[in-house]
Amino acid sequence: MKSPLYINATACISPQHTMESDDFLKTDEINIDIPMRSIEPNYKSYIDRRYLRRMGRMVRMGVSTAVKTLKEAGVDNPDAILVGTGLGCLEDTVKFLQAIYESDENIASPNQFIQSTHNNVAAQIALLYGCYNYNFTYVHRGFSFESALLDAVLHAAEANDQPTNILVGACDELIDMYLEVIEKLNIWKPKNTSDKKAFGVGNGNTPGEGAAFFAVGNMQQPNSIAKLEALQMIYKPRSKEVLLAQVKQFLSIEDIDLDTIDLVLLGHDGGNNAKDDYSQVVDELFSARPQGAFKHLCGEYKTSGAFATWLAVEMIRQQHVPSFVRLNEIESSDTKRILIFNNYNSSNYVLSVISYV
Amino acid sequence: MPRKIYITGLGISSAIGHTLDDVVTSLQSGRTGIKTIKHVDSRFRGVLPAGEIDFTNKELADILEIGSVKTHSRTALLGMLAAKQAWSHDNALPLRTGIVSATSVGGIDRSEIAFKKYMVTHDIGGHLHQLVSHDCGDSTERIADYLNIEGFVSTISTACSSSSNAMILGGRMIQNNMLDKVLVGGTDALALYTLNGFNTLKILDEEWCMPFDKNRRGLNLGEGAAYLTLESEESIKVSGSTPICELRGFGNTNDAFHQTASSPNGAGAYHAMALALKRGNLDISEIDYINAHGTATPNNDLSEGTAIKNLFKDYIPQFSSTKSFTGHTLAAAGSIEAVISVLLMKNRMLVPNLNFHNIMDEINIEPIKILNENVELKTILSNSFGFGGNCTSLVFSETA
Repeated sequence: MKSPLYINATACISPQHTMESDDFLKTDEINIDIPMRSIEPNYKSYIDRRYLRRMGRMVRMGVSTAVKTLKEAGVDNPDAILVGTGLGCLEDTVKFLQAIYESDENIASPNQFIQSTHNNVAAQIALLYGCYNYNFTYVHRGFSFESALLDAVLHAAEANDQPTNILVGACDELIDMYLEVIEKLNIWKPKNTSDKKAFGVGNGNTPGEGAAFFAVGNMQQPNSIAKLEALQMIYKPRSKEVLLAQVKQFLSIEDIDLDTIDLVLLGHDGGNNAKDDYSQVVDELFSARPQGAFKHLCGEYKTSGAFATWLAVEMIRQQHVPSFVRLNEIESSDTKRILIFNNYNSSNYVLSVISYV
Repeated sequence: MPRKIYITGLGISSAIGHTLDDVVTSLQSGRTGIKTIKHVDSRFRGVLPAGEIDFTNKELADILEIGSVKTHSRTALLGMLAAKQAWSHDNALPLRTGIVSATSVGGIDRSEIAFKKYMVTHDIGGHLHQLVSHDCGDSTERIADYLNIEGFVSTISTACSSSSNAMILGGRMIQNNMLDKVLVGGTDALALYTLNGFNTLKILDEEWCMPFDKNRRGLNLGEGAAYLTLESEESIKVSGSTPICELRGFGNTNDAFHQTASSPNGAGAYHAMALALKRGNLDISEIDYINAHGTATPNNDLSEGTAIKNLFKDYIPQFSSTKSFTGHTLAAAGSIEAVISVLLMKNRMLVPNLNFHNIMDEINIEPIKILNENVELKTILSNSFGFGGNCTSLVFSETA
């Protein structure tokens, strides 16, 4: 990346106490209930009742985190609203499908159809703030959030040294039918998620959900918390060697010395192959570095990268890596530079570097 | 000056043709692709008109020379058919490539099959293979893998402006020197979901749609896909591609008025068009033709017409909606109309806005009524607007 993207505010709803508490990193007890569902705030604190009434759960999660983020950043008319969602408004989609069959195609209300549009969250934010600016929604599996982030990087580059404020984030919701489907597909193996090491490799995963938003800009501000230094998506590398080469190429192009990385935050996806390409690359490149995990905190979903980014930003802000994140015994004296290496379904890999400002 | 974005490949699959030549012939002869629905398993079959594509999924698979299509959504198959025409590339070349595709329904046609079984038997088992293609990213990855596209892969969904926005992202990645060559566009299949959704909104016309007509009643849905290859100047030197024209300007704005309806003054549309002109460094007098969004709903056409009038004032260019040919193909509409715009430019013709008879009472603007041939079309503006107030305008211009 030519120039970094400064992160000025963030908010997150997840299966942990992340929205209405600033102390999550200091907690002694993480939420390990399965299925992993978000701990939702009192939405009325963030969204007007009139709007709230029609919004589905995912829209509420997305819009309320966006509202909290913008408030914290002191921004009320972002130059761009960028949202990622892997599956969109699943609950309303299923309800509308159900209504089609139950009514023999004589549906009374268009509300669920309207609410199930993939760009609903970004649209609702624009509507709430009367924001006429650029408004995009990305829906590509494990790249949904990171595509939105990449768009923010483009906006920062295009701003030509004029200050720019961008809202970027992601949300996905977990519904019962999804659990039913993936259980039958033998993808989900319910188990105690407190075992973060077992969560990853070869034991199946636990689906999750959540929303995280970030106020970002092209210039460092007094309220800047962290910065995004580098971002790379890797699509279906043909082999482990290709994945390894692409990760090495990323580190080399972005000029990142692994010794300067204080934590590698990993997203084992729980695939059934105990020695998948991802795990092998992690072992080969990062075994000497402090490693952490995050999916035991948020579960697996297509935009889990937004949770990982929120976690990295918070760890940098608080200069603290909680023991419930650590995967190995190696510790760094600082918490200034975190490399996120995420994996979705062994086909969408993401690398990003978040650092101290 | 920002880097130029060249269009070097075009592909389309729509109710008016599956090759560029067929589409040109349909446009020239004023032949609509909208007919009474024949294939979709719906109570609207045999009742409502739509721009439906005659091929079954099996027939599409045969044309594409792929085997089993049990888990291929129709959205993916239509996308593959259009993308295949637009993309030609040798991965050994030292170029950074990618695909940005758009869809609004994704693989919902497959989910509908699974869901119907589930509603009857309350057992999802046995039909699960239908659900693996539910998400929007599925069709993009299938197109990427089918054409062996390496590098950047992403999907956009902003309702009916989706594929125009895919073109914007691809174009910006070229301008910012992140990619050299990228396939952009979108695909959407007709589905029970959208038929019922739009029917419930009461904006479907039971006869042929009449864009910009005083007595317009609503839209006809359609299905299809279109893709364009975008390349930088440096890329063309390496790939040897011939530029067809340029993606000269673009603008995306939000109407911030209502989740589904457009504002009466068309603020979002106005700003999107103005931004596209600004970004293309163009004056209003330089636009030779507007391919309007023109869905033929009472709300859209008045709102868009008002925005056109407010922006162009006394210099309103020739304009038309081609949705009375193709139907409203939702996420694919932007790229289908981009390909149509480029074909009109290259074939030096303007074709009538089908089914237009009377000027709207509120604004005195009239779309193209007769076939114009041998017209010089140097610069064309194309609009696509979607739910959630999403407004996008693109400008195509002859290669300088």
